[in-house]
Amino acid sequence: MKNLTEQEREKKFQERIDRGEIIEPKDWMPERYRSQLIRMMSQHAHSEIVGMLPEGNWITRAPSLKRKAVLLAKVQDEGGHGLYIYSGTETLNISREELVGEFLSGKAKYSSIFNYPTLTWADIGAIGWLVDGAAIVNQTALAKCSYGPYARAMVRICKEENFHHKQGYEILATLMKGTEGQKAMAQDAVNRWWWPSLMMFGPSDKDSPNSAELMRWKVKRFSNDDLRQRFIDRTVPQADNIGIKIPDPMLKFNETTSHYEYGPINWEEFYNVIKGNGICNRERMKARRAAHTDGRWVREAAEAYAKKQTAKGIEA
Amino acid sequence: MNSTEWPLWEVFTQKKSGLPFEHAGCIHAPDKEMALLNARDVYSRRNEATCLWVVPSGAIVSSTPDDMGSFFEPANDKIYRHPNFYKTPGANFD
Ligand SMILES: [Fe+2]
Ligand SMILES: [Fe+2]
Repeated sequence: MKNLTEQEREKKFQERIDRGEIIEPKDWMPERYRSQLIRMMSQHAHSEIVGMLPEGNWITRAPSLKRKAVLLAKVQDEGGHGLYIYSGTETLNISREELVGEFLSGKAKYSSIFNYPTLTWADIGAIGWLVDGAAIVNQTALAKCSYGPYARAMVRICKEENFHHKQGYEILATLMKGTEGQKAMAQDAVNRWWWPSLMMFGPSDKDSPNSAELMRWKVKRFSNDDLRQRFIDRTVPQADNIGIKIPDPMLKFNETTSHYEYGPINWEEFYNVIKGNGICNRERMKARRAAHTDGRWVREAAEAYAKKQTAKGIEA
Repeated sequence: MNSTEWPLWEVFTQKKSGLPFEHAGCIHAPDKEMALLNARDVYSRRNEATCLWVVPSGAIVSSTPDDMGSFFEPANDKIYRHPNFYKTPGANFD
């Protein structure tokens, strides 16, 4: 591919994508493909990291040792997800330091779902079932995306998400077999998390500026609305199964299409949270910045130790 | 912010003894000891590995995609390296 013009290269690149080939880090790619992937993947990685906060909030107050161990493992997985995706993003010639820097400075975005508070234990159930449930639908689609390192990270993540999804559902199922108070708590959590979970798929594709280009590059394989529909179709029967009501008076099954129809989504709320006006935006950023600053001495100590070992002649 | 970033390491995992090592991803770590610990925490929380290799990323030498044609070309015209090149009528080799 040496003496080709930019246009010829782009054409060849598109042909590779159309043939279903997977793009690897050292392959030629349009600058815009690279930058769009960096934007998407880093947002995704930041979301995994911020995602540890709402659930981490309940680790010390989990109702039993078993639930505590499970939640701890789940939150640790989310940290791992962040790290898989960061390392995938670094293959696009951007350093971890830059990525984390853009996040801590507030320049990079993360999923707006994590700006909602976790008010009761039932929220941990609702997050696992709905938020991780939505994430699975999204990430299963991304596991087929055209960029190899991203797709491979998604395959690894999806395996782990199934545990997250089921443990959340089990928390709600257990509460729904409990006292009236516990049932009400479970229902209240679902009432608050249902709509934000639907928003996780993003606005309808006609209002989503990057969609067409990302579809052409097979970074996105399905439209936001299709993925949202898939999530609703598989989730509503699970709610029925444990007696949870979906907080949407317009929700009904359409026999002809075999899909659920649902009421309008409040996109104003979505954009408002993205702009930084969600309930927890400030708290989340504060917590991440504090974690970074408070962890500095650990990073410095580890570096100093490595240097000392090298100086001693023990190869590091 | 810290001005120096910890070195990057490539992580390879072996699922079971006897199986080949497979590339799992990367991690950052200041030394090889922590590279192994970080690799374990990131890539083997569910026994995905029974053995781990960590290799400084800079030590990996890779062929480039531009080579793809010419570099591997010598293998292309040697179909006699495959068993199905040979005709052995009547004999059973299964
Ligand atoms: Fe995750
Ligand atoms: Fe998860």
